[in-house]
Parts: sequence; structure tokens; C-alpha cells
Amino acid sequence: MASIWRYILAGLGLAALLVGIMAAVYLTLPHSASGPDLSRSKKTANGLFVASFEPERGVVRQGELQSWMLTLKTAAGAPVEGAAITVSGGMPQHDHGLPTSPQATDYLGDGRYRIDGIKFTMSGWWQLHFGISAAAGSDSVVFNVVL
Amino acid sequence: MRRLTSVPCLLALAALALLGGCGEPQFSDAEKKAIASLALNTLPSLKPDTTNQYADAPAAAALGSTLFFDVGMSRDGTVSCSTCHKIDRQFQDDLPQAVGVGHTNRRTMPLAGVARNPWFFWDGRRDSLWAQALTPLENPLEQAGNRAAFAHYIKKRFGERYERIFGSLPDLSTVPANASPLGTDAEKTAWSAMPAAQQDDVNRVYANIGKAIAAFERSIDLQQTRFDRFAIDLGTGAKPEGDAAFSPEEILGLKLFIGKANCVTCHNGPRFTDNGFHNTGVPPVEGLPPDRGRVDAVAQVDADPFNCLGKFRDGDESACRELRFMVKDGPQIMRAYKTPSLRGAATRPPYMHAGQFATLEEVVAHYSKAPPSVEGVSEVHPLDLSERERAALVAFLKTLSD
Repeated sequence: MASIWRYILAGLGLAALLVGIMAAVYLTLPHSASGPDLSRSKKTANGLFVASFEPERGVVRQGELQSWMLTLKTAAGAPVEGAAITVSGGMPQHDHGLPTSPQATDYLGDGRYRIDGIKFTMSGWWQLHFGISAAAGSDSVVFNVVL
Repeated sequence: MRRLTSVPCLLALAALALLGGCGEPQFSDAEKKAIASLALNTLPSLKPDTTNQYADAPAAAALGSTLFFDVGMSRDGTVSCSTCHKIDRQFQDDLPQAVGVGHTNRRTMPLAGVARNPWFFWDGRRDSLWAQALTPLENPLEQAGNRAAFAHYIKKRFGERYERIFGSLPDLSTVPANASPLGTDAEKTAWSAMPAAQQDDVNRVYANIGKAIAAFERSIDLQQTRFDRFAIDLGTGAKPEGDAAFSPEEILGLKLFIGKANCVTCHNGPRFTDNGFHNTGVPPVEGLPPDRGRVDAVAQVDADPFNCLGKFRDGDESACRELRFMVKDGPQIMRAYKTPSLRGAATRPPYMHAGQFATLEEVVAHYSKAPPSVEGVSEVHPLDLSERERAALVAFLKTLSD
């Protein structure tokens, strides 16, 4: 029996030592960036507009064609009407584009544009780039979505 | 860290079997979530196909099943859908490339769960199951028929059954025996001499043939496997018993599949496919015609009169979003092929769109090495898996067939 307890004691000791080493390694490693900016509302690159991007039905589902809502306001808060919107994007870590070609299909008033045909086929970090042209000028914005 | 702490743990277990649970499969919460997402019990119920109003009509499925196995549905009366989609072989034929009236350039795809696909064929050149079913019927290397001949054949052999489902057959008395916009020169000439209304009549009968076959194919479903039993037990916290218990090698394979080997990136969800198209650097087969995959299929599905936006669709256009929002160009669709489901794959070699690999070992070795694509850019990157890791992945894949 004594030898068994010795094994267990040795095992626990070894485990404690390893935990210590791992903790030291973890604490001294430089911490990676906290990941992409996941905000759903932001200023466009040149500050012309404030853009918000939300799934139309509230939830993001993998593998399903979904429509999202892109809402555009001027910096002063007025809805942006008649904007021409281009959509592109992809997965920066996989170096590939979107599996579909989403489009702005409808203007629903109050600066809200339906972006239909979005499909996230895998988990990970996705980016959607919007080119926006309206009376105030042209600007762009990038939204990150992580599944 | 878990692997390191398990060393003394295993020592203690071997001596005393004191630390119960240590020998159990150990998965992180993220791994458990990934495993649960692959299990068949997460498969949603099959959605209605609004483009085919007969999709769930039993009489249509019954006629479709008759047509599926009928060698009369070919030019020379020797080939049916079931010639390549063999019912006792997961509805595929075990050949590197399918052989109908002639030798094709693509591997026959199995049919379990096929009604859930947004795209059909390896390159997605059709956008519905019923439009897919029509394509081999007129392909000179497959069933090699023509739509005028099929309309006459349906009237002669199955007229009453057809009319009970689809309504009256049109007057075919002045329709040529053989005519099609895709056939031989003589068939094309005969087709273009037909009045537009008559072409429409024949196309309508032809579309209904596809809709009946699709109604039958919707019933071909996926079966639960050892993996699913394991995943369900893991999810509920029950100890997998009997064949639901995985060997250490299968567990390693599963961990690699959802982890380091990145398989789950594309082979995701309960069908183990993202339904997308990817260039994974699979080499072409010498002697076969040039094959660029998805990049050439886009124009074909766009031009197909039986596609979702065409006049033979039932229901409204809202069902056509896959076609409407498909990627039409760009480097990513060059030599891109559909991600196949891995369910049942272990028992149906050979693999890839033209049967390039004879064994799962060769498939896994290909992804481990990740050679560049002959055209376009492969999305996969070298994994440099060890021999033990490759064998473990194969062992795991076999659990999707048992």
C-alpha cells in the first residue's frame, strides 16, 4: 500500500509542479490582441455616416441565408436616403471571400437598408465591407462577425 | 495542460483505479459544443420545397420511384438513375467516374439527405433536386435521352398515373419522336422547328418528371451512426456503452477533426458539409476532359430554363435566394467543388469529384500535405500530421459509417 500512496503523492507533486510551470509560462507570454472589434454600430471610415448592422431576425445562424439590416445616419443623426451600397467581405484568417454575393435589396425607410443573401458557412471571424455612396459623399465601413 | 496532468493521473489510475473518470474521454466545453453540432439529432426537419408543389405528394414520389429504377428512361433502354445511384450501395456506384451510356468525368454522389442540398452535382450546376434529376436524362454520357422522347414514353407507359398527379397531358400527336434543345443535331433541328407553345408543353412534362423523381429522392434520409450515439451520450453526460464507446484512437481522430486538422471548417453541421464550394488542390485526372469545377457551373445554372427563376418553378421567387445571391466570379471558385458529406464515406471509396483517391488514407494524406492546385488557389494549408494522427482521423471517419 505504501508504494501506491507514494505514486499518488509523486503524481500530485508532479501535477502541482506542472501547473506552476504552465502558470508561469502563461503569465509571462505576451497576451494576444483582444480580437476584432465586434461593435454593431460605428462611424464610417471617414466619419461621414454612422452605420449599424444587425441581423434582421435578431440571431446569427451558421449555414443559413440571412438578411441583415444596415442603418445609415449622418453624423448629425439624420437618416441617409437613397444610398448606393456595395457589399464584399470574407474570412481574413482563411484568406477567402464570402460564399454568397449579398446585396442591398430594399430600402425600408428611416435610413434602413436590407442586406440580403448573407451566409456564414463556418465558425470563425468574418468581415463585411460596405461601400456607401449618398448625397453627403462616399465612405466605407467594415463590420466583424465572429461565430 | 490536460495532457500533462493526465500522466500522473494515469499512473494513479493504473495502480488503484481510484480516480474514477480519468479514463473517460476528456473534452473541453468548446470541443463538446463542436461535437454536439455534428450529431444527427441536431438536423432540422426537412423544409418543404416550394419550387416543387408535388415534393411531398405520395403519388408523385411513387411515380418518381418507378421512373428512378426504369431503364426505359434512357436512349437505349439500358440505363436508369439507379444504374449509378445503386440502392444497396448508398445510391452510388463505387466507381471513380460514373458509367451510363458512356463514361462520364465525375464520381457518382450518394443520395442520403440529398433534398437538403442548396446546390446539386459536384460543381452545383443545378439549383434544385428536380432540375438536377433532369440533367442526366439528356446527358449523352448518362441516360442520353431527349425530352420529346421522354414525354411520349410517359404518355405511353405512365399516362394515367401522370395525369392523376399533374393533370392532363398535352396533345403530343404532332411532337417529333426525338427533339431537344440539347440533343444531337437532328434533335436540335426538330426542337427548333416546334412552335413555342409545343416546346413549353414538352418542357412542362419534362419538368414534372424531375419533380416526381425529386419527390421520391426526398425520402432518402441519413441514418444514425456510431458517432451520433457517442455524441448524444457525451451531450447528456451518459457513459457511452457498447458500440457508442470510442477507442482512444477514435477519440484522438475526433479531436483532430474538430481541432488541429481543421476538417470541421468545411465539414460542419450534422451533414458534415457547409454546402459550399472549395478548391482543396485535388489533382485532375489524366485523360479526362478539362474540369474547372464551380467556375464553369455558374453560367450553366444561370442559363438552365429549369432553374429557380425559370417558369417551371412552382411557388414564388422568394425560394430563389441561393441562385440570386450566388458568387458568379472571382478566383475562389476556380476548381472549387462541393464539400461532400462524410456520413457513410468510409464504406464508399473512391473519393473526390473524379474518384482521385482510392482510400481514406490517401484523402487524409492529401489534406495533410496540401499540395498547390493546378489552377486557382487551394484553400488548405499543410498540416504535417504524423502517421498516428492520420490513422486516427481515418478511424474517426469510420465511425460515421458504422
